[in-house]
Amino acid sequence: MPTTTIDGHTVHVNDEGFLTDPSEWTEPLAESLAAAIGIELTDEHWRAIHFLREDFAREGETATLRRISVVGGIPTKTLFQLFPQKPAKKLAYVAGLPKPHGCV
Amino acid sequence: MTTTETSPIVPSFGEVDTGRKLAIICSKGNLDMAYPGLVLANAALGEGVETHMFFTFWGFDMINKKTMANLKFTMLGNTATHLPQGLGGLPGMTAMATHQMKKAIAELDVPEVPELLQQIVDSGGHLWACRMSADMQHLELDDLYDEVEAIINASDFIELTSGAQLLFI
Repeated sequence: MPTTTIDGHTVHVNDEGFLTDPSEWTEPLAESLAAAIGIELTDEHWRAIHFLREDFAREGETATLRRISVVGGIPTKTLFQLFPQKPAKKLAYVAGLPKPHGCV
Repeated sequence: MTTTETSPIVPSFGEVDTGRKLAIICSKGNLDMAYPGLVLANAALGEGVETHMFFTFWGFDMINKKTMANLKFTMLGNTATHLPQGLGGLPGMTAMATHQMKKAIAELDVPEVPELLQQIVDSGGHLWACRMSADMQHLELDDLYDEVEAIINASDFIELTSGAQLLFI
């Protein structure tokens, strides 16, 4: 399993670059991960990130967009604005979690 | 094997605008034939693909306000249930099969048809209704789900999905 160093943070990642150990994630790291994919984090981004992290801790899997909107209360439209084009994957990446498995 | 890269490994989320487009033609009104198009449209939008859905013939049941929340699944003519076809014709069997399928879908946290259509629209998807089907069924835009953008003819749909990949369901 490779390690990579992003903005001074050294973490374990898979071949694509997603963190493989969620416990290596920190808030400063999230800023760096987001910057690496061209996103500057605002309070709204953080709300989504914190929901995803907390939901993952409870459920053991990454929430889909559907779950983030229904359970997390963040509308789908907002998620597409915050993490353009591929919100589920980009959000999972910044939150240091695996890509969601669910179809919907 | 542990390796340390000099340049950081960052996922490629693709080009900002690849111009990829997907057109999905929904021509069936059974519950089990509605979901494949909806799930694929939702997935495509989540991958940043511009997605257009065109509802035609029985696919109108998916956007007709009177039927869209009440699509049905029947065993009749569907050998994939692996049950005797005669069973499917018994009274109440379609209702039971529909109930079972809806339950299985809900258990996966996948919403009902109207809600999934709304999610598709919220994700930037486009819904179009077929002119010929509307005329055949004597339906106007007001009879259709509010998020349907317009009733258009087949030529219009072909034109607006120029260059798109196409799925016919």
